[in-house]
Amino acid sequence: MTADHQDFPGTPLSEKDFEQGNVLFRHDEMRGQYAWDTGIAIGRYLQALREGVILGAYCRHCRKTVVPPRSVCEWCFRPMHEFVPLQDTGTVNTFSLCYVTWDVKRIQEPEIPAVIEIDGASPLHGIMHKLGEVNPQDVHIGMRVQAAWKEPEERQGAITDILYFKPIEE
Amino acid sequence: MGMRKVAVVGAGMTKFVRRAQETAKELCWEAARLALDSSELTMDDIETVCLGTAPDAFDGVHMNGEYLSDGAGAWRKPYMRSYVGGGTGVFVPIQGWYHIASGLFDTCLVVAEEKMSSYYPHAQAAFLTIFDHTTERPLKPNLLWIFALEMNRYMHTYGISKEDIARVAVKNKRNAADHPSALLGDPNITVEDVLNSEVLAWPVNRFDVSPVSDGAVAIILAAEHVAKRITDKPVWIEGVGWNLDTAHWTNRDLAYPRYVEYAARMAYDMAGIREPRKEINIVEPYDPFDYKELHHLEGLLLADRGKAPQLVADGVTNRDGDMPVCPSGGLLGVGNPIAAAGLMKIAELFWQLRGEAGKRQVPGQPKRGLAQAWGDLMQVGTVVIMGR
Repeated sequence: MTADHQDFPGTPLSEKDFEQGNVLFRHDEMRGQYAWDTGIAIGRYLQALREGVILGAYCRHCRKTVVPPRSVCEWCFRPMHEFVPLQDTGTVNTFSLCYVTWDVKRIQEPEIPAVIEIDGASPLHGIMHKLGEVNPQDVHIGMRVQAAWKEPEERQGAITDILYFKPIEE
Repeated sequence: MGMRKVAVVGAGMTKFVRRAQETAKELCWEAARLALDSSELTMDDIETVCLGTAPDAFDGVHMNGEYLSDGAGAWRKPYMRSYVGGGTGVFVPIQGWYHIASGLFDTCLVVAEEKMSSYYPHAQAAFLTIFDHTTERPLKPNLLWIFALEMNRYMHTYGISKEDIARVAVKNKRNAADHPSALLGDPNITVEDVLNSEVLAWPVNRFDVSPVSDGAVAIILAAEHVAKRITDKPVWIEGVGWNLDTAHWTNRDLAYPRYVEYAARMAYDMAGIREPRKEINIVEPYDPFDYKELHHLEGLLLADRGKAPQLVADGVTNRDGDMPVCPSGGLLGVGNPIAAAGLMKIAELFWQLRGEAGKRQVPGQPKRGLAQAWGDLMQVGTVVIMGR
């Protein structure tokens, strides 16, 4: 079809068409509010974070320690009821220097999202968080890091009870 | 397994544009009409309709499949909408395939649509809702994060440079210059242009990423006895596969897409392919980011791990190379209206295998092609193998 058909439907618009009123549009804002139950495993994870501990879960059958903890092991589909405290240190598995926010606003100082393999969990098992107290140019894969916690009285039982992970000397 | 043979007998698509004046329903109808016209069928000949469209958050319409149904020609017909994230565009023809292979229907119209521009001011923010609401969303993640994190891990594991990866963007955007529906075709783009484009989320620069787009694609599937009455050049669906990994994406190896390999093995087995590197003549892997094309070639077992960049550097993946990859121009060049972009790859194989791809035609009368898409939280692989 394409060889003998060059005229494809579809009418491109530009931002100007909106500004100059060349096209009609309807603008609307939707607000959805939710209260998500944290469940059994993540509930325990958040409780532990409030106490300054990163919690994992151990599967006796697969001999794996995963983080965040869950109620069921996806490998064997057996219950995973053994929650184990892990270290609050780890190794940078990968990272990015991100110059745009979640809603695409430009920022000068990059955010540094990373996957951090948590000490005590099985190899390649980590969580997503951010890095801080570090020059972005010095961040590298394999870098050793430790959680920077909020003050105990400010913790709410949330992933943000860890402010970020910061480099450590060992 | 007693499955019937299924062929693609028609295809149509709209332009892929940053923002279309047409609504999502209108885009669906335009693509469906072209697909029907190309096979000289009418809706009376179509027994069932399958629709693919990605997250409802883009459109702000709950039950988007039902909302789009009249544009997709589903009025008073058995109709289903499928959704597997970015993998949807190559999953929805699989859904159409099993509708017919099972013997339930003889003809199926498959439509994939995306209108990402409605979300205001930028579709990117709608992606926040793909992350876990309790353990990840409070960090205000951006979709670019997961790609940047995966790309960095891939580069680090195999010692791959940004130049190696930028060659993919150059190849695909140059290929797209020959596609009449393309949004970002550029015959003169260079590796330097990609490396010098704005850094969004290092190691991802602007030209490493495919653009947010609006568009729709449709194909028509038919059972063997019907296909042979419709056309002299049916393109057969020889194998399909799909596979999903865990949503706990920080608990697995980011350097290798195991789920793509499993999807590919399922499709190769069905197609009776033992040596994919010799038996696949054209590849249309999912390329929303340039490194993803390389990542997927490795998962599809079409390159050794960490060695896909060498194929690109050696010209093997050029349109006139030994294994052309994304001769359409891919998502990086043609555009990325998510579900439509995946089905565009199926349409491209249909045109290529029939020798109807015009300026994009791969030389040497290719016999067999593979299309693949990918999505969710770096989780799903969907694969279709087509041959003539």
